[in-house]
Amino acid sequence: MRHAISLGLTLFGVWLLLSGHYTPLITSLGVVSVILCVYIVLRMETCDHETHPIHLTTRAVMYWPWLAIEIVKANIDVAKRVFSAGPNISPAVYYVKSSQKTELGQVIYANSITLTPGTTTMDIDEGTFVVHTIAKDVGDDLCAGEMDRRVSLLEGRS
Amino acid sequence: MMYLALELLTWLSFLIGGFFLITGGVGLIRFPDFYTRIHAAGVTDTLGAALLLLGMVLQSGDVLTAIKLIMIGFFIFLTTPTATYAIANAAFTGGLKPILHEDEGDGSSKT
Repeated sequence: MRHAISLGLTLFGVWLLLSGHYTPLITSLGVVSVILCVYIVLRMETCDHETHPIHLTTRAVMYWPWLAIEIVKANIDVAKRVFSAGPNISPAVYYVKSSQKTELGQVIYANSITLTPGTTTMDIDEGTFVVHTIAKDVGDDLCAGEMDRRVSLLEGRS
Repeated sequence: MMYLALELLTWLSFLIGGFFLITGGVGLIRFPDFYTRIHAAGVTDTLGAALLLLGMVLQSGDVLTAIKLIMIGFFIFLTTPTATYAIANAAFTGGLKPILHEDEGDGSSKT
Protein backbone atom coordinates (compact mmCIF):
# COMPACT_ATOMS: atom_id res chain seq x y z
CA MET A 1 0.00 0.00 0.00
CA ARG A 2 2.85 2.34 0.94
CA HIS A 3 4.38 1.61 -2.45
CA ALA A 4 1.11 2.24 -4.30
CA ILE A 5 0.66 5.65 -2.65
CA SER A 6 4.26 6.60 -3.33
CA LEU A 7 3.95 5.43 -6.94
CA GLY A 8 0.80 7.52 -7.37
CA LEU A 9 2.46 10.64 -5.93
CA THR A 10 5.56 10.11 -8.10
CA LEU A 11 3.48 9.62 -11.23
CA PHE A 12 1.41 12.71 -10.50
CA GLY A 13 4.56 14.74 -9.81
CA VAL A 14 6.02 13.62 -13.14
CA TRP A 15 2.71 14.42 -14.85
CA LEU A 16 2.64 17.95 -13.38
CA LEU A 17 6.24 18.62 -14.38
CA LEU A 18 5.84 17.27 -17.91
CA SER A 19 2.47 18.77 -18.79
CA GLY A 20 2.81 22.45 -17.88
CA HIS A 21 -0.95 22.98 -18.34
CA TYR A 22 -2.75 23.57 -15.07
CA THR A 23 -6.40 24.20 -16.00
CA PRO A 24 -8.90 22.24 -13.84
CA LEU A 25 -10.02 20.01 -16.74
CA ILE A 26 -6.51 18.96 -17.80
CA THR A 27 -5.35 18.45 -14.21
CA SER A 28 -8.33 16.27 -13.36
CA LEU A 29 -7.68 14.20 -16.48
CA GLY A 30 -4.11 13.80 -15.13
CA VAL A 31 -5.42 12.60 -11.78
CA VAL A 32 -7.68 10.08 -13.53
CA SER A 33 -4.83 8.71 -15.65
CA VAL A 34 -2.57 8.41 -12.59
CA ILE A 35 -5.27 6.45 -10.74
CA LEU A 36 -5.76 4.22 -13.79
CA CYS A 37 -2.00 3.56 -14.00
CA VAL A 38 -1.72 2.71 -10.30
CA TYR A 39 -4.73 0.39 -10.63
CA ILE A 40 -3.14 -1.42 -13.60
CA VAL A 41 0.21 -1.74 -11.79
CA LEU A 42 -1.54 -3.13 -8.69
CA ARG A 43 -3.45 -5.62 -10.82
CA MET A 44 -0.17 -6.70 -12.43
CA GLU A 45 1.24 -7.15 -8.90
CA THR A 46 4.42 -5.35 -9.89
CA CYS A 47 4.29 -2.70 -7.18
CA ASP A 48 6.67 -3.74 -4.40
CA HIS A 49 10.03 -2.92 -2.82
CA GLU A 50 11.87 -4.11 -5.96
CA THR A 51 10.11 -2.13 -8.66
CA HIS A 52 9.62 0.91 -6.46
CA PRO A 53 12.41 0.91 -3.86
CA ILE A 54 11.35 3.81 -1.64
CA HIS A 55 13.31 2.37 1.31
CA LEU A 56 16.53 3.24 -0.56
CA THR A 57 15.69 6.88 -1.27
CA THR A 58 17.76 8.64 1.39
CA ARG A 59 20.77 6.33 1.08
CA ALA A 60 20.62 6.50 -2.74
CA VAL A 61 20.97 10.28 -2.54
CA MET A 62 24.24 9.74 -0.65
CA TYR A 63 25.45 7.04 -3.09
CA TRP A 64 24.84 8.90 -6.36
CA PRO A 65 27.36 11.76 -5.86
CA TRP A 66 30.10 9.22 -5.11
CA LEU A 67 29.12 7.20 -8.20
CA ALA A 68 29.10 10.38 -10.31
CA ILE A 69 32.67 11.20 -9.26
CA GLU A 70 33.76 7.62 -10.02
CA ILE A 71 32.15 7.87 -13.47
CA VAL A 72 33.98 11.13 -14.24
CA LYS A 73 37.32 9.62 -13.13
CA ALA A 74 36.72 6.47 -15.20
CA ASN A 75 35.76 8.55 -18.24
CA ILE A 76 39.01 10.52 -18.08
CA ASP A 77 40.94 7.27 -17.67
CA VAL A 78 39.32 5.66 -20.73
CA ALA A 79 39.72 8.87 -22.75
CA LYS A 80 43.47 8.78 -22.00
CA ARG A 81 43.65 5.18 -23.19
CA VAL A 82 41.79 6.05 -26.40
CA PHE A 83 44.21 8.82 -27.35
CA SER A 84 47.46 7.26 -26.10
CA ALA A 85 49.92 6.56 -28.91
CA GLY A 86 50.88 2.97 -28.12
CA PRO A 87 48.59 0.16 -27.00
CA ASN A 88 47.65 1.17 -23.48
CA ILE A 89 44.96 -1.41 -22.78
CA SER A 90 45.25 -4.84 -21.21
CA PRO A 91 41.76 -6.35 -21.39
CA ALA A 92 41.04 -8.88 -18.67
CA VAL A 93 38.10 -10.84 -17.32
CA TYR A 94 37.56 -10.77 -13.56
CA TYR A 95 35.29 -12.83 -11.37
CA VAL A 96 34.06 -10.35 -8.77
CA LYS A 97 32.32 -11.48 -5.60
CA SER A 98 29.39 -9.33 -4.54
CA SER A 99 28.39 -9.04 -0.88
CA GLN A 100 24.82 -7.83 -1.48
CA LYS A 101 22.05 -9.93 0.03
CA THR A 102 19.13 -8.97 -2.17
CA GLU A 103 18.73 -9.22 -5.93
CA LEU A 104 17.98 -5.51 -6.01
CA GLY A 105 21.36 -4.79 -4.41
CA GLN A 106 23.10 -7.02 -6.94
CA VAL A 107 21.35 -5.25 -9.80
CA ILE A 108 22.46 -1.87 -8.44
CA TYR A 109 26.05 -3.10 -8.08
CA ALA A 110 26.14 -4.71 -11.54
CA ASN A 111 24.65 -1.62 -13.16
CA SER A 112 27.09 0.63 -11.29
CA ILE A 113 29.96 -1.47 -12.65
CA THR A 114 28.58 -1.24 -16.18
CA LEU A 115 27.87 2.48 -15.89
CA THR A 116 31.53 3.16 -15.10
CA PRO A 117 33.40 3.14 -18.41
CA GLY A 118 36.19 0.60 -18.47
CA THR A 119 34.25 -2.11 -16.64
CA THR A 120 31.27 -4.07 -17.97
CA THR A 121 29.32 -6.83 -16.24
CA MET A 122 28.92 -9.69 -18.70
CA ASP A 123 27.20 -12.32 -16.59
CA ILE A 124 25.90 -12.89 -13.07
CA ASP A 125 26.00 -16.25 -11.36
CA GLU A 126 24.95 -16.66 -7.71
CA GLY A 127 26.56 -13.50 -6.40
CA THR A 128 29.64 -13.71 -8.62
CA PHE A 129 29.90 -11.24 -11.48
CA VAL A 130 31.85 -11.90 -14.66
CA VAL A 131 33.34 -8.48 -15.35
CA HIS A 132 35.27 -7.43 -18.45
CA THR A 133 37.74 -4.64 -17.75
CA ILE A 134 39.71 -2.54 -20.17
CA ALA A 135 42.94 -2.80 -18.16
CA LYS A 136 44.37 -4.78 -15.27
CA ASP A 137 44.71 -1.81 -12.90
CA VAL A 138 41.04 -0.89 -13.48
CA GLY A 139 40.05 -4.44 -12.58
CA ASP A 140 42.29 -4.48 -9.51
CA ASP A 141 40.65 -1.25 -8.34
CA LEU A 142 37.27 -2.93 -8.71
CA CYS A 143 38.44 -6.02 -6.80
CA ALA A 144 39.53 -3.75 -3.93
CA GLY A 145 35.78 -3.65 -3.24
CA GLU A 146 35.12 0.03 -2.52
CA MET A 147 32.03 0.07 -4.77
CA ASP A 148 30.85 -3.28 -3.40
CA ARG A 149 31.05 -1.93 0.14
CA ARG A 150 29.16 1.24 -0.74
CA VAL A 151 26.39 -0.62 -2.56
CA SER A 152 25.99 -2.94 0.44
CA LEU A 153 25.70 0.16 2.64
CA LEU A 154 23.07 1.52 0.23
CA GLU A 155 21.20 -1.76 0.38
CA GLY A 156 21.14 -1.56 4.17
CA ARG A 157 20.04 -4.21 6.63
CA SER A 158 16.54 -5.33 5.86
CA MET B 1 28.03 39.34 -15.40
CA MET B 2 25.69 36.53 -14.45
CA TYR B 3 24.80 36.13 -18.12
CA LEU B 4 28.45 35.93 -19.15
CA ALA B 5 29.21 33.27 -16.52
CA LEU B 6 26.23 31.23 -17.73
CA GLU B 7 27.36 31.49 -21.35
CA LEU B 8 30.90 30.47 -20.42
CA LEU B 9 29.72 27.48 -18.38
CA THR B 10 27.41 26.43 -21.21
CA TRP B 11 30.16 26.57 -23.81
CA LEU B 12 32.56 24.78 -21.51
CA SER B 13 30.17 21.89 -20.93
CA PHE B 14 29.26 21.70 -24.65
CA LEU B 15 32.91 21.67 -25.68
CA ILE B 16 34.03 19.11 -23.08
CA GLY B 17 30.94 17.01 -23.73
CA GLY B 18 31.61 17.12 -27.46
CA PHE B 19 35.21 16.12 -26.80
CA PHE B 20 34.02 13.04 -24.90
CA LEU B 21 31.58 12.15 -27.69
CA ILE B 22 34.45 12.26 -30.19
CA THR B 23 36.56 10.24 -27.76
CA GLY B 24 33.89 7.55 -27.75
CA GLY B 25 33.84 7.52 -31.55
CA VAL B 26 37.63 7.33 -31.87
CA GLY B 27 37.70 4.59 -29.24
CA LEU B 28 35.13 2.59 -31.20
CA ILE B 29 37.56 2.57 -34.14
CA ARG B 30 40.82 2.16 -32.25
CA PHE B 31 39.93 -0.54 -29.73
CA PRO B 32 40.52 -4.10 -30.90
CA ASP B 33 37.41 -6.14 -30.06
CA PHE B 34 33.73 -6.05 -29.18
CA TYR B 35 34.09 -5.84 -25.40
CA THR B 36 36.71 -3.09 -25.37
CA ARG B 37 34.57 -1.12 -27.82
CA ILE B 38 31.70 -1.29 -25.33
CA HIS B 39 33.93 0.63 -22.91
CA ALA B 40 34.52 3.31 -25.54
CA ALA B 41 30.78 3.58 -26.18
CA GLY B 42 30.32 3.94 -22.42
CA VAL B 43 32.24 7.22 -22.53
CA THR B 44 29.72 8.57 -25.03
CA ASP B 45 26.65 7.71 -23.04
CA THR B 46 27.85 8.69 -19.59
CA LEU B 47 29.97 11.84 -19.42
CA GLY B 48 29.38 12.92 -23.04
CA ALA B 49 25.59 12.81 -22.78
CA ALA B 50 25.61 14.24 -19.25
CA LEU B 51 27.70 17.28 -20.18
CA LEU B 52 25.62 18.03 -23.29
CA LEU B 53 22.44 17.84 -21.19
CA LEU B 54 24.04 20.08 -18.54
CA GLY B 55 24.79 22.65 -21.23
CA MET B 56 21.20 22.50 -22.44
CA VAL B 57 19.88 22.84 -18.87
CA LEU B 58 21.97 25.99 -18.42
CA GLN B 59 20.52 27.42 -21.65
CA SER B 60 16.90 26.30 -21.16
CA GLY B 61 15.91 29.46 -19.25
CA ASP B 62 12.74 27.99 -17.78
CA VAL B 63 12.33 25.56 -14.95
CA LEU B 64 9.97 23.07 -16.61
CA THR B 65 12.26 22.61 -19.61
CA ALA B 66 15.26 22.23 -17.32
CA ILE B 67 13.47 19.54 -15.31
CA LYS B 68 12.54 17.68 -18.50
CA LEU B 69 16.19 17.68 -19.58
CA ILE B 70 17.29 16.47 -16.15
CA MET B 71 14.69 13.67 -16.40
CA ILE B 72 16.16 12.65 -19.78
CA GLY B 73 19.57 12.41 -18.11
CA PHE B 74 18.14 10.41 -15.21
CA PHE B 75 16.53 7.88 -17.54
CA ILE B 76 19.65 7.65 -19.69
CA PHE B 77 21.63 6.75 -16.57
CA LEU B 78 19.08 4.09 -15.59
CA THR B 79 18.65 2.50 -19.01
CA THR B 80 22.12 2.51 -20.61
CA PRO B 81 23.75 0.09 -18.15
CA THR B 82 20.80 -2.26 -18.60
CA ALA B 83 21.10 -2.10 -22.39
CA THR B 84 24.89 -2.47 -22.23
CA TYR B 85 24.51 -5.49 -19.97
CA ALA B 86 21.99 -7.02 -22.39
CA ILE B 87 24.41 -6.61 -25.31
CA ALA B 88 27.48 -7.81 -23.39
CA ASN B 89 25.59 -10.75 -21.92
CA ALA B 90 24.26 -11.75 -25.34
CA ALA B 91 27.80 -11.72 -26.75
CA PHE B 92 29.19 -13.58 -23.73
CA THR B 93 26.57 -16.33 -23.63
CA GLY B 94 26.74 -16.49 -27.43
CA GLY B 95 30.35 -17.60 -27.01
CA LEU B 96 32.23 -14.53 -28.26
CA LYS B 97 35.63 -14.72 -26.53
CA PRO B 98 37.19 -11.45 -25.41
CA ILE B 99 40.74 -10.68 -26.50
CA LEU B 100 42.82 -10.91 -23.34
CA HIS B 101 46.11 -9.27 -22.59
CA GLU B 102 48.51 -12.16 -21.85
CA ASP B 103 47.30 -14.76 -24.28
CA GLU B 104 46.43 -12.84 -27.39
CA GLY B 105 44.80 -14.99 -30.02
CA ASP B 106 44.04 -17.78 -27.56
CA GLY B 107 41.24 -15.93 -25.80
CA SER B 108 40.54 -18.31 -22.92
CA SER B 109 39.12 -16.74 -19.78
CA LYS B 110 41.22 -16.23 -16.71
CA THR B 111 40.39 -15.65 -13.08
